[in-house]
Amino acid sequence: MLLNGVRAAALVRARGVGKNEMEHTMAVSLRESLQLVSDPRNLDASVEEVFQLMLGVNCHRDPGPVVPEPESVTAVVGFGGLLSGACVFSSGSIAAMKIAAHMTGMEFSEVDDTVKDGIGEICNMLAGSWKGRVPDLAANCGLSVPAVITGRDYKLHVQAPEFQLNHTYQFEDCQFAVTIVCDGIQ
Amino acid sequence: MSEIRALIVDDSSVMRKIVERSLRQAGLDLLVVHEAGSGTEGLELLRAKQVDLILSDINMPSMDGLEFLRQIRAQNLAPGVPVVMITTESSEEHVKQAILSGAQGYIRKPFTAEQVKERVLPLIHAA
Repeated sequence: MLLNGVRAAALVRARGVGKNEMEHTMAVSLRESLQLVSDPRNLDASVEEVFQLMLGVNCHRDPGPVVPEPESVTAVVGFGGLLSGACVFSSGSIAAMKIAAHMTGMEFSEVDDTVKDGIGEICNMLAGSWKGRVPDLAANCGLSVPAVITGRDYKLHVQAPEFQLNHTYQFEDCQFAVTIVCDGIQ
Repeated sequence: MSEIRALIVDDSSVMRKIVERSLRQAGLDLLVVHEAGSGTEGLELLRAKQVDLILSDINMPSMDGLEFLRQIRAQNLAPGVPVVMITTESSEEHVKQAILSGAQGYIRKPFTAEQVKERVLPLIHAA
């Protein structure tokens, strides 16, 4: 799975922000706040906020890895600007259908377009909430529109990221993983 | 104001449903809800339909929400109709851009029905 497309789209959006912001961008460096940007608590708070407000469910960190399921759903939202990388949401099909059911009030028996749409939006809100926790990141980093991949036996590979957060969460009896990959920071 | 005609613009059909549900939970009496999946579709709808409230995402493919907003104002579509942007972008600069482009309100995703009520109802009453 390549992240270049979603990152490029996010970069275009970051460049689309106003002149004043770009002038500000010239003077800002996220390197100085790398510790804050990579704070794992920000990701946990974002996941809890999105699930509580949009699904009405509590979720919490699961110390174990995601138990593999035959079919999985992955959504990717790219970051572009002072930070480049991606927010990746990944779950099995049952968890994805359950999340979409909470969002829409509908029942699902397969991962259809509505489920994919819902998972893409969850990933979009996670990415926005996560970057919004660091003011310089919120102002100087754009988001791509979500891309959603479904299938079996695929893995995400990132070469030598600056940092990576990979957390597993649990809600009700389902698991999902959220990964923040940063492969460039200015 | 009773019996609101709303236009919801978002590339996600799930989010359009969530926004509609939140408007109803906020106590709005919705007569009709028009849905558009892009800014371009939203402009076409505004040329054909009269609405009392517009809610639009910002981050959309083809025509984003800010350009949609600029086009509404430039083409004098829906004059006097309040526009509320609903988006994951939360920086001061994004809010400023939306207001400068002609938005009256701004709601950050994720949101609650209570937040929708606080931001939207005063605009409806003022319109």
